[in-house]
Amino acid sequence: MPESHPLRVLIAKPGLDGHDRGAKVIARALRDAGFEVIYTGIRQTPEMIAEAALQEDVDAIGLSILSGAHMTLFPRVIDELHKRGMDDVVIWAGGIIPASDMPKLRELGIQAVFGPGSPTAETIDFLRGLPTAVER
Amino acid sequence: MTSALPRATPAADLAERLLSGDRLALSRMISAIEAGRDDARDAMRDLYPRTGRAHIVGVTGPPGSGKSTLTTRLALEYRARQKTVGIVAVDPTSPYTGGAILGDRVRMMELHSDQGVFMRSMATRGVMGGLARSTLDVVLLLDAYGKDVVILETVGVGQDEVEIARAADTTLVVGVPNLGDDIQTIKAGILEIADVLVVNKADLPGADRLVADLRAMLQLGEQRTAWPTPIQLTTATDGTGVAELVDRIAAHRAFLEETGTWRLRRADSARRQVRAIVEDHVQRRLERLTAGPEWTARFASIAAREQDPYTVADDVLQEVVHDGQRN
Repeated sequence: MPESHPLRVLIAKPGLDGHDRGAKVIARALRDAGFEVIYTGIRQTPEMIAEAALQEDVDAIGLSILSGAHMTLFPRVIDELHKRGMDDVVIWAGGIIPASDMPKLRELGIQAVFGPGSPTAETIDFLRGLPTAVER
Repeated sequence: MTSALPRATPAADLAERLLSGDRLALSRMISAIEAGRDDARDAMRDLYPRTGRAHIVGVTGPPGSGKSTLTTRLALEYRARQKTVGIVAVDPTSPYTGGAILGDRVRMMELHSDQGVFMRSMATRGVMGGLARSTLDVVLLLDAYGKDVVILETVGVGQDEVEIARAADTTLVVGVPNLGDDIQTIKAGILEIADVLVVNKADLPGADRLVADLRAMLQLGEQRTAWPTPIQLTTATDGTGVAELVDRIAAHRAFLEETGTWRLRRADSARRQVRAIVEDHVQRRLERLTAGPEWTARFASIAAREQDPYTVADDVLQEVVHDGQRN
């Protein structure tokens, strides 16, 4: 009988910008919503993010980015996850991402994007709506 | 999208794959154990003979004493000595929300690119016996996977964490100068479990004072074994004293082996593990059982003074045992 467990989520900041306030706010909000949040800090390479996701066996990864390098870094994160056999991890993004990039990001497999000013409840609802690990 | 290794993969397959070095299988097996999956528990039976080789090093101490940074340094030192390392970092789950922020990786990111290190964060998930059981199982999985050293890091407050630290072959208790809680630490009985006392942040003023205090405390207590508990000064941020600390850990292991204490200690650890497994089984059955309508009715009849709680408790106990025999 599989028992329920809290969803495990990785909050990662790829790239070189050092502004992690948004990432910390969302990490805190997710903790308060009952998730297990693995926080890795700033300036993460795609390899570091994928490796942390593998070792922690997370259900979802939130990528926070403000530098504008998302179109370069996100595909590399996805690629590194794929190399590790982790294609079943849900990826969403937060930060400054122009609307014009959204279709491309969706195509890549980024399932949601929450821009500045998005209530944290939107992210929580998104994650709660995911199929559980057992169903996947 | 699909994964190379779906989460619903039977634990027996995960076990087989982790033995052949599959890291994702190891990671997903840890999740299966944490979730309390029955097939994972069965797979542990088969994996158990493959364990027992790793040196389990416990690291515990008050919050802010630098355990994560020290653990990272220890891992780097072991890697320099060609040893592979597993790390289990336990953080508390919020009793209010059930959530947790597991932040140990922030300090451990230097280790990320090294395939010789596997680090897993665990939240306590608020289950007393269950925590002891699943952390030990995770340690055993890293052992079976082939890690030479497994570092188990817990916050040294509360009985449960102390219990976990005791599962280690060598337990480090980390203190820092000027925390003002040295006496608190000793009150909690944590000094007694130390095989090596570490005074971290040794660059801060007050370190010598703490060493003197600890030495005096050690002399006050009666010595339980022939192992004289050493005190090692470290500055984890720059690595000072870490190589010496690893030497002391190795010396402790040599002592355990030479004196035959190794087996005694592991037998003692096995006793606690078996008790933790039994407690965990009983607790789960108890919860499942007493949630049923039959018992709910009997609880109501206790409230109405038609029955007494002592008799009902005896009946519950019998039922828990029978339930165990049926399974």
